Parts: sequence; C-alpha cells; structure tokens
Amino acid sequence: MSAIALGLDRTVLELKMYSREKEAILFSFLFPILLLALFSVIFGSQFGGADSDGMTAGGWFLPGMLSAGVLLTSFQTMAMSITAERDDGTLKRLRATPMPPVAYFLGKVGLVATSSTAQVALLLLVARVFFGVALPTTADRWAVFALVFTLGVFGGTVLGIAYSSMATVRTVGAVVIGPMLLLQFISGVYIAFDDVPQWLQQVASVFPLKWIAQGMRSVFYPSELASAEMAGAWETGRTALVLAAWAVGGLVLCVLTFKWFKRGTT
Amino acid sequence: MPDAITIRGLRKSYAGRPAVDGLDLDIHTGECFALLGPNGAGKTTTVEIAEGFRDRDAGEVRVLGTDPQGAGLEWRNRVGIVLQSTGGLDLLTPREALASTAKAYSHPRDVGQVLASVGLEDKADSRVVGLSGGQRRRLDVALGIVGRPDLLFLDEPTTGFDPQARRDFWELIRALAVEGTTILLTTHYLDEAENLADRVGVIAGGRLLAVDTPEALGGRSAEEATVTWEEHGIRRSLTTATPTAEVARLASRMPGGEVPSLTVTRPSLEDTYLSMIAPHVGSDAPEAHHPTEVPA
Repeated sequence: MSAIALGLDRTVLELKMYSREKEAILFSFLFPILLLALFSVIFGSQFGGADSDGMTAGGWFLPGMLSAGVLLTSFQTMAMSITAERDDGTLKRLRATPMPPVAYFLGKVGLVATSSTAQVALLLLVARVFFGVALPTTADRWAVFALVFTLGVFGGTVLGIAYSSMATVRTVGAVVIGPMLLLQFISGVYIAFDDVPQWLQQVASVFPLKWIAQGMRSVFYPSELASAEMAGAWETGRTALVLAAWAVGGLVLCVLTFKWFKRGTT
Repeated sequence: MPDAITIRGLRKSYAGRPAVDGLDLDIHTGECFALLGPNGAGKTTTVEIAEGFRDRDAGEVRVLGTDPQGAGLEWRNRVGIVLQSTGGLDLLTPREALASTAKAYSHPRDVGQVLASVGLEDKADSRVVGLSGGQRRRLDVALGIVGRPDLLFLDEPTTGFDPQARRDFWELIRALAVEGTTILLTTHYLDEAENLADRVGVIAGGRLLAVDTPEALGGRSAEEATVTWEEHGIRRSLTTATPTAEVARLASRMPGGEVPSLTVTRPSLEDTYLSMIAPHVGSDAPEAHHPTEVPA
C-alpha cells in the first residue's frame, strides 16, 4: 500500500479512537460549543441583542469559541495524544513496522482536519439556530474564514506535534493546559481583547492564537468594530502572514525534534 | 543459507559504562534461539541494536543480511518485533489493530487466521481495554507475526501468563518455527528456553558466556547425576557418573528390590545457568534497561 493509502487508513483508525474517547469528545470537541451556550445564557442580558446594536452574546463570543476550538482540536489533541503514544509504546510499535512515517502524520492531519471541520460546522450551526447569530453573507468574508481556519488548524497541528516532545505523560496535562489557558485569556478568546492591557496585548501578538481570534472577529463582527483592534483595522494580510510563519516554523520544528522513543530508552 | 543474525565484536556504552562489551553471536536461519541473562547483562541492548532501535558504538551487525542501523522499510517488512508490554490500543478491537498493521506489509497473513492462531477469535471484536493480560500479550504476538516475518523478536513474551496460557503460547511459537520463522527469544524462564529453543545463549557482563543446545549447555549432559533414596528412615544421596549401575546395586540390596523414595537428577538448566552467571550477578553491570524520564 502507498503512503497515501496508509495515511487514509490511519485517519480512519485515528477517528475511531478519537470518537470512542468520551473525555476527548467532551473536553475538546464539544467544549467550545458548551462554552458558547453557557456564555450566551450568562451574559445574554448584558447585550442589547439583534434589535438594538446588532450584537448578541452568542455573536460576540462566537469568534472566540471558534478560535478556542481550533486550538483544542489541533494543538491540544496533538500534544496530548502524541505524548501518550510515545509513552505507551505506540510510536515504537509503529516504528517496528514497514509503515512509512509520513503515513502516521497524515493520519494525525486527517484526524485534526476532520474533527475541527466537524466542530466548526456544529459551532456555526448551533450559533445560527439556537442563538440567532447572523452569519456572513459575502464570499470574501468566508474566504478569510477558510484561510484563518486552515492556517490555524495546520499550525496548531504541527506545533502540537512538536510540543509533545517537550512533555512527558506525567507533566503533559499541566504543560499543555496551563499555557493554553493563559494564552486564551490574553488573546481575546474569553474576554474582549481591548480590555487586555497593552503590554499583554504585545505578548499575545507573538503567538498565533491572538491572530486566529482577530481573524475570526474580522469575519463575524460588523466592519465598524475594526476600530477596537490594536491597529484599528482587521489586518487580514498580517494575520495570514503571522499564521503562515507559525505553520512553517512549526513544521520545521516538528521535523527537527520528533522522537519515536521516550527519553531514556534509546 | 546465511545466518539470520551475525554479530561480531559488538560494543555499546551508556555514559562511559559498557553495557555490551565485545559480544559475538550467530543465529541460524530457521532456528529458535533463546537469549538468557540477568537484568543488566546487556540482553536488551543487544536485542534492541539487532532490532534497529539503538545505535552501536562498535562492532559488526548483520540482520537478514542488512545492517539494522538505519535499515529501511524493506528490511522492516521482513522483521517482526514483539516488544515488552505496549499499550495504546485500548480503544480499538484486536481485529482493527491487526487489519491496520497488516496493511503496512507486502505479504501479510490473513487477519482472521492470525486471530485464530493466537486464540483471540472470541475477543476479535471486543475493545482491547477489556482483554486480560494474557490476551493482550497474545495480541502483541499477533501484531508481531501478522506481517509474515522471516525473523521474529520475542521479548519476554510470557511474563505474567498462567501455566496453561504459557503452554498454549509455546504451541503457537512452535508452529511458527515449523513454518521456518527464525525466532530470537529473550526470557527469564529457563523452562521456556528448554521447551522452545534449539539453542540457548547465556549473556552476562555484556558478553556471551556460552552457546549450546539446552540439553548440553555448560556440559550438563556430561555431568554426574545425583541419586537419592531412603534407607532405615534416613535420606541418603550420592553423586555418580554411572547412575544406572548405582540404582541396580541399590535395588539388589533392598528387600523386594524396590528403592524407597528414589530420585535420579542431573543439574537442571536453571542450576547450570545460575552457576554460570553467579560471578556476574550483583556486580556493577549497567544497562539503560529502565526508562529514566526527565521532567520537561
């Protein structure tokens, strides 16, 4: 079988395992959807709603939840699952077979592509149907969405794979979830980015999540809200550039640092 | 036919301490070879170098005619490896895990037949998480043989098995050997080596101390036998090179010609093995056998 065919087979296998892990489904796949529902219910009264200024709580939180979803299904899933697979000998067992290594990574990419696409579709559906969020109607907005989503998911995947080499199975929970939570708070995922102090905005601007969130806002927020951004504009070009740089950097890091065996066993 | 494995002057050190120190070993094509040795003897290091999982410091290694260090997927296609306990399959069924693994090989065995041969037909479509330790081990073996390897590495395959499961497992290994698969087995069970191996090698202090058939290892077939019996309520014994004559002499002087509580024993493989490795046990023999993890 070719590496591509084996990669497809690995994708199916990965999806089977992912869908059978209830914790993963709840805390990475459904989590942003649950949060969107929760925030809409809690903060619903603080927003004027579609009738006054055109913004509902659901609409306000949607870009953040989309960004959190990208981070969870790509970065977190990869970092945690590959750390576990390195620890329990899965990687060593795969390495003992004639499977081309690229098939393994294609399987991971296939898993992330499928799960994150399904998650985003579900999130948009829930936002539209249950919380009355108006979705963009112009093709250029959807094009920006596709670009930010694709670059974000790919970057998160390769960075998650690279990040897995820094963690052990004992530390991975803290090492992944801690920094991710911090990053989400300073990147404008859970709280408005213009409420974040400027120096923290600068810190957040180094990392891709801020750009994913900004890109998502540019798709789903009314144009006039661009003035609330750091640069007073959506900066679509710069967003694409920063995300692409992280994706390429992550890929290089991934190739340079990937280990099939856990520390101390080779 | 050339040997399946040829090792000459193999050396490997960890942090300056030699784990394998000039080891020579030949494993013939089609044989089942058991490698015995205490923990830290260099057994795991030697096997992992032959499996292509570790790089060596010095020496020549040929496995199926290829240097395993940096060997490609063509070589992996001919080698089966049953590692010590692996996990990560909990969410799959044995059939799913085997079918996916089989696809990587050019001439895999039929998944259904492999499941039958390891006795997992009844569990073929149950999640691996629900299998017993012995069943999981049999799945490990199934994963190792599904690619129809010419050479199979078995690392302590029956640790934790109950006696019946071990007997069943031995039958499976014998069947593979009959099909012509070369098998390199590492084990701590001397009876396992005695039952399965055409030849055994004893490794200690990073060197091969002896290689022979299980019956002849350490010259034990030529050693004197111990005859014990009971006479006037007292347990008595003597060692002799001619136990048959000794027993006949005893029988002639016993009333009724029956010798009470008679046994005739030669040193067991275990006795021979333990006396062989005695000088090396408890010495400072390092080996990176146990993973040492560093917090990130």
